Amino acid sequence: MTDLLAARSQMAMSLGFHMFFAVVGMAMPLLMVIAEGLWLRTREPDYRELAHRWAKGTAILFAVGAVSGSVLSFELGLLWPTFMRHAGPVIGMPFSLEGFAFFLEAIFLGIWLYGWDRVSPLIHWLSGVAVLVSGTASGVFVVMANAWMNTPAGFSIVGGEIRDVNVWAAMLNPAAPTQVTHMAIAAFQAVAFAVAAIHAWVLLRQPGQGFHQRAFAIALGVAIVSGVLQPISGDFSAKQIARNQPAKLAAAEAHWETRAAAPLSIGGWPDEVAETTSWALEIPYGLSFLAHGDPNAAVTGLKDIPKQDRPPVAVVHVAFQAMVGMGMYMAAVALAAAVLWRRRKRVPLDPWLLKALVVAGPMGMLSVQAGWVVTEVGRQPWVIHGFLRTADAVTPMPYLIVPFLTFTLLYLVLAVVVVLLMKRQVFASPGLAATDKAQGGATATDRGDA
Amino acid sequence: MNTEALAVAGVLLAGLVVYAVSGGADFGGGVWDLLASGPRKARQRKVISDALGPIWEANHVWLILAVVLLFVCFPLAFAAMATALHIPLTVMLIGVVLRGSAFTFRSYGGGTDETLRWWGRVFASASVVTPFMLGVSAGAVASGQLPVDPRTHQVVTDFVSAWAAPFPLAVGLLAVALFAFLAAVYLTLETRDPRLQEDFRWRALMTAPIVFLTAWGAFVLARQHAPLVAAGLTQRSWSLAFHVMVGGSAVVAVAALWRRWYSVARVAAALHVALIVAGWGFAQFPYLLPPNLTVESAAAPQTVLRPVLWVLGLGSLVLLPSFFFLFRVFKSNPPTDA
Repeated sequence: MTDLLAARSQMAMSLGFHMFFAVVGMAMPLLMVIAEGLWLRTREPDYRELAHRWAKGTAILFAVGAVSGSVLSFELGLLWPTFMRHAGPVIGMPFSLEGFAFFLEAIFLGIWLYGWDRVSPLIHWLSGVAVLVSGTASGVFVVMANAWMNTPAGFSIVGGEIRDVNVWAAMLNPAAPTQVTHMAIAAFQAVAFAVAAIHAWVLLRQPGQGFHQRAFAIALGVAIVSGVLQPISGDFSAKQIARNQPAKLAAAEAHWETRAAAPLSIGGWPDEVAETTSWALEIPYGLSFLAHGDPNAAVTGLKDIPKQDRPPVAVVHVAFQAMVGMGMYMAAVALAAAVLWRRRKRVPLDPWLLKALVVAGPMGMLSVQAGWVVTEVGRQPWVIHGFLRTADAVTPMPYLIVPFLTFTLLYLVLAVVVVLLMKRQVFASPGLAATDKAQGGATATDRGDA
Repeated sequence: MNTEALAVAGVLLAGLVVYAVSGGADFGGGVWDLLASGPRKARQRKVISDALGPIWEANHVWLILAVVLLFVCFPLAFAAMATALHIPLTVMLIGVVLRGSAFTFRSYGGGTDETLRWWGRVFASASVVTPFMLGVSAGAVASGQLPVDPRTHQVVTDFVSAWAAPFPLAVGLLAVALFAFLAAVYLTLETRDPRLQEDFRWRALMTAPIVFLTAWGAFVLARQHAPLVAAGLTQRSWSLAFHVMVGGSAVVAVAALWRRWYSVARVAAALHVALIVAGWGFAQFPYLLPPNLTVESAAAPQTVLRPVLWVLGLGSLVLLPSFFFLFRVFKSNPPTDA
């Protein structure tokens, strides 16, 4: 394994690991705030218990997200010092703003998790809202910085050095609006579908459980809104990528020949040597319409991109197809649930719908991962699209396989532990949960030495 | 003189000072978890855990803020440090991950006593390793062994010798001792049980000589291995006043501990730590990364620094009241149950 490959692998692994926790830390506060708000309004104790139980799981996941995010902010320099030397100041604005957002998120999460008995119910709920707003802002700012790597803006190059930096133009780069929207929706969607699936799974076994019905209704509401909006946002993203990163779009679609009235390839396996895609189902005019809103528009193919500037096609294509496929399934389930909910004026609990939602449970999270593969691998061989190659940005540090393997092992262990802990949290019997709800998640009863 | 670069460097140093007196003490808490002993062993650990729970994540963000300011406003210095100090910073990061995860797993994960003890040990060991490696990295920066080629902007390094040296290692030890002292002082105010207060009071008093010895050791080594900082600490116009204040704050902290004036001890100990971190910064000024990157020469363009300063100013209008609120909610009166 070359040092470059080790560095890329470590970055990909760290990002993929962090993404899971970041998404949970961003979206769970929405569900918790809804539950606590409903408790304040209805005084139905189930909602308070729900907020408590969700909080316990979120506390664990948020902490792992915070520390794995810290790792990333250092890894940018540890692995890609040349990239950061050039890009650091230009994308400094979203990162600085993210720093403040992360600060506020950590402060108000502390108050929210530990302050049940120390602040008034309204202040407590507002702290939850502050966690939600700052957590979402934090995600938005980081994605803006990533969008800049896709569509760099806000500077000029004079004699090989970056000049005339405009931090606001860099922050509001062409990819930022669509990428930020797509990722923000994705975060809420991934978490809402996962939570809805967990409670649907319980409801399939124990129908009529009021507690789980209430939890299911909250998660399903968020899942419907995000699941329906996401394909629309994805369409805006695709059109933006078609304009600004034709190589990425061509790789995602496994599209080789530049042509007008290009068909949309569904499935298929791209052969990068023969420069063809076999076994794909082709929908005439589909790609031209989706990429440019015109069935006769010309779509750039990979053959018009110099070989040394092409991203790996197979990985990007498969990841893209997986993301779109799962997104379509989730949108269909969300639409069906919305129709049933509206028609019956109460949350739909049909077994087939619950089963369909259980199947959709992991899809949101998997789509987020697949989407980041498209974004990051699809940008290769560039780290700053069109300006700096990934190979030229890597640290001169030798033996990078050592930190890669170390962090992989560390994250594997953490992942196993988190899965075991979540299993206990989520699937604990309601009776058990009721006994520790009075403690507001504190350790007093657990430790037994108070 | 580049006022904007100076201002950002000032904020960066201030952020590190606040990180040391808040986040540093959280690491020190881990040290006392590791060294918990006597009949009230379990209760000592509970006081530590309750004290850290609501605040450690917010305290940790000061480190992130410092890193972000470094790479946004002083990208040359950041790239050089991240390249040459890859090894200590990576070990430090592993410590950061294990400390935070293990602490949370112990607080929220539940499980058997054996599991909880195991997470406790991981949390506590990581609380020693992390500040040690931070101290080593800071020591390596201060020692002036990270020259940056002015033409290529690349740091000249073999990745090891700059930090695996007597002075950086001494600073690492100093950081651990200092944070342990600070935490023990803070912890006297985290409980109302006089016996627990005595436990932490004794721990603070026992640590004070270790802090003195490690600080003195680092200072002696600095003369040879970190001449810039040594000169800064002895030959500047403020050097004498600085030593009087550092020594004075230590004496006040120890005397206040002796008399059980814990609130006074807390202020004096925090001041002591703040002065040491700030003293390092002032001593190596105008260098950000000696021997050849100054605050000015490493700075990003004005078009970056100015908006960042605006954001820092406006952001602190939101941040500081929020922090004040957090500490008022959790630190204004110690829990009665502990």
